[in-house]
Amino acid sequence: MLTILRYNGNFDGFLAAIFDVYDLKLQDAIIRREDGEEVANLFAQEIYSSYDEKKAERVQLRLQKILGKRGLRELWMSFLGEEKGIEDTLLSVIRYALKTQKNVLGDYGHPDVLHLRDTLKKIGRESHRMKAFVRFKLGDDGIYYSLIEPDFDVLPLLEYHFKTRFADQRWLIYDLKRKYGIYYDLKEVQIVNISESESKNGLALREIRFDDDELHFQRLWKSYFTHTTIESRLNKKLHLQLLPRRYWKYLSEKNPLL
Amino acid sequence: MNWDRLQEKLSILSDAAKYDVSCSSSGSKRTNKGGLGNASFSGICHTYTPDGRCVSLLKILLTNHCIYDCLYCVSRKSNAEVKRTAFSVGEVVSLTMNFYRRNYIEGLFLSSGVMKSPDYTMERLTKIAKKLREEERFHGYIHLKTIPGASPELIHEAGLYADRLSVNIELPTQKGLELLAPDKNHKEMVKPMDEIKQGIVQYKDDKKNKLVKSMKFAPAGQSSQMIIGATQESDLDIVKTATALYKKFDLKRVYYSGYVPVLSDEKLPALNTSVPLVRENRLYQTDWLMRFYEFEPYEIVNADFPNLDLEIDPKLAWALRNREHFPVDVNTADYHMILRIPGIGVRGAKKIIVARRYGRLTYEKLRKLGIAMNRAKYFIHCGKYYVSNDYDSLQLRNLILHSGKSKYTKQFDGQLSLF
Ligand code: SF4
Repeated sequence: MLTILRYNGNFDGFLAAIFDVYDLKLQDAIIRREDGEEVANLFAQEIYSSYDEKKAERVQLRLQKILGKRGLRELWMSFLGEEKGIEDTLLSVIRYALKTQKNVLGDYGHPDVLHLRDTLKKIGRESHRMKAFVRFKLGDDGIYYSLIEPDFDVLPLLEYHFKTRFADQRWLIYDLKRKYGIYYDLKEVQIVNISESESKNGLALREIRFDDDELHFQRLWKSYFTHTTIESRLNKKLHLQLLPRRYWKYLSEKNPLL
Repeated sequence: MNWDRLQEKLSILSDAAKYDVSCSSSGSKRTNKGGLGNASFSGICHTYTPDGRCVSLLKILLTNHCIYDCLYCVSRKSNAEVKRTAFSVGEVVSLTMNFYRRNYIEGLFLSSGVMKSPDYTMERLTKIAKKLREEERFHGYIHLKTIPGASPELIHEAGLYADRLSVNIELPTQKGLELLAPDKNHKEMVKPMDEIKQGIVQYKDDKKNKLVKSMKFAPAGQSSQMIIGATQESDLDIVKTATALYKKFDLKRVYYSGYVPVLSDEKLPALNTSVPLVRENRLYQTDWLMRFYEFEPYEIVNADFPNLDLEIDPKLAWALRNREHFPVDVNTADYHMILRIPGIGVRGAKKIIVARRYGRLTYEKLRKLGIAMNRAKYFIHCGKYYVSNDYDSLQLRNLILHSGKSKYTKQFDGQLSLF
């Protein structure tokens, strides 16, 4: 009988659910978020996987042994893609790994491994794009602001890069789609939530006022962009392929000032 | 600050610098030590210009004044049509810092016309790099172009602050240089390359022996650039020069820059000549084959085939000239041979090596791995799949050219973006 196993929606919860799959010896199971949609199957039984740190940890250790730290991180990363049913892919890959006791993540011939790889590629690409396309604007409070709307939940992947690179300036990168941001205060990165009306942590998005020089530097950058183009080599197709239109909204050089 | 003035300088001095194609910011791992920035090993393109080039560095000249008169260069002394200007040291520093802080760039690529004397100019370039590193605590990427004729001491000092130094060879042949840039000659031009190489070797030795703690020397190595299509050189000439540079001076990259006709002179290609983009691309592919595909230069161009085929890429051209090596069995062949199969890139070859550990590869599986079978299929054998050997090389060439044309061209667009 098909069992639908509900979990709390985060990666640790998912690992705990994997524990249950093995503990309860469920042959035929699918794992779904508790706030996810109904699964229409008359004969399925639906159970909740109660979250328990110890369960998650045991699965984590086991997987790490087989797939390595990197492999485990990849499983976590694939989660950030917010893809419906990614749990099925992961469950299948994990079953395959536990059965063979091998690091199967290189087996591109296996359809679920391949699917996992493709998903990771997409997420990696989006995160790389954000590293490139985030544009900071300096507020009059000395904080560098950037608003983004990435296709996937990539902020957790950006934190390290921005923290190490912009270590001596305060910055905030805010995900408008998922309504949270990461804020660096010269010491550490914290997650911030800002509702549009009220301001927490002294930040209100709509009220950012920019530094006097901000406009000047945007103008300089725009002019640099124009002048560094070689007219006799124009190649619009290639340009669009490298810089798809949907990313233009981030780029000061492609937009009116401020 | 006088913003309008700065704006004008930036337009002039970025305009003059744009023909230098090397925008790469890769190859350095500089970590942030409490200041601003780091150099990421593979580099980031922060935007792309409408001509499809990656923008990762603020690429400017310190000045476009020049005491020399190289015919192919917009900044040459005798060109009365350009406005001349120069940045101050502080202006370059401020632009770099402020652009970097906004995540516009990975760092600075600074070059210059020769103002007063080579040493005078080189000193100012070095001063900017030093100021960025020591006063602003900037750890992002810095590429400095050395000025021909500058003293070894200055070049050495520049290496202490820059991630990469470049010495441009300008034209592929000495003959071309005599014609277009009478103030320059190759022998003199490559001298600094040797010095930089010594500096890098020394730095690596010191590091190994733990002698010097923090003073890096051009950790991203050195590169060079040459203009192609301004003189009558053959592709063989170009590849020979490039090979010599790679071998003799351990260059990280050689850049090929299709000549953009900006000036009229009887010794130069006419103003309406189009930029040799396809040829440039074929040269980069050749360069790629030598550096990552284990090809020897003479396999690609030689006395019998001194010029590259513009219609097909050099790897396919080689395969068609050397049919005796094919078909290659992807289940047993070594990495070296798999790399030589048209349609399979470095990534594909690596995937094949990994994937075949888990079981025999079939035609279907190769497709699933993302191998471009429309070309590869004529050159491989896997499991039950054998290529039919009915075509001679000319037929095969036409078949490939005419079947997957659109996909084929797309592939090159993608590769172009790498540079
Ligand atoms: S020395 Fe450099 S800047 Fe001066 S004319 Fe020659 S190529 Fe141009």
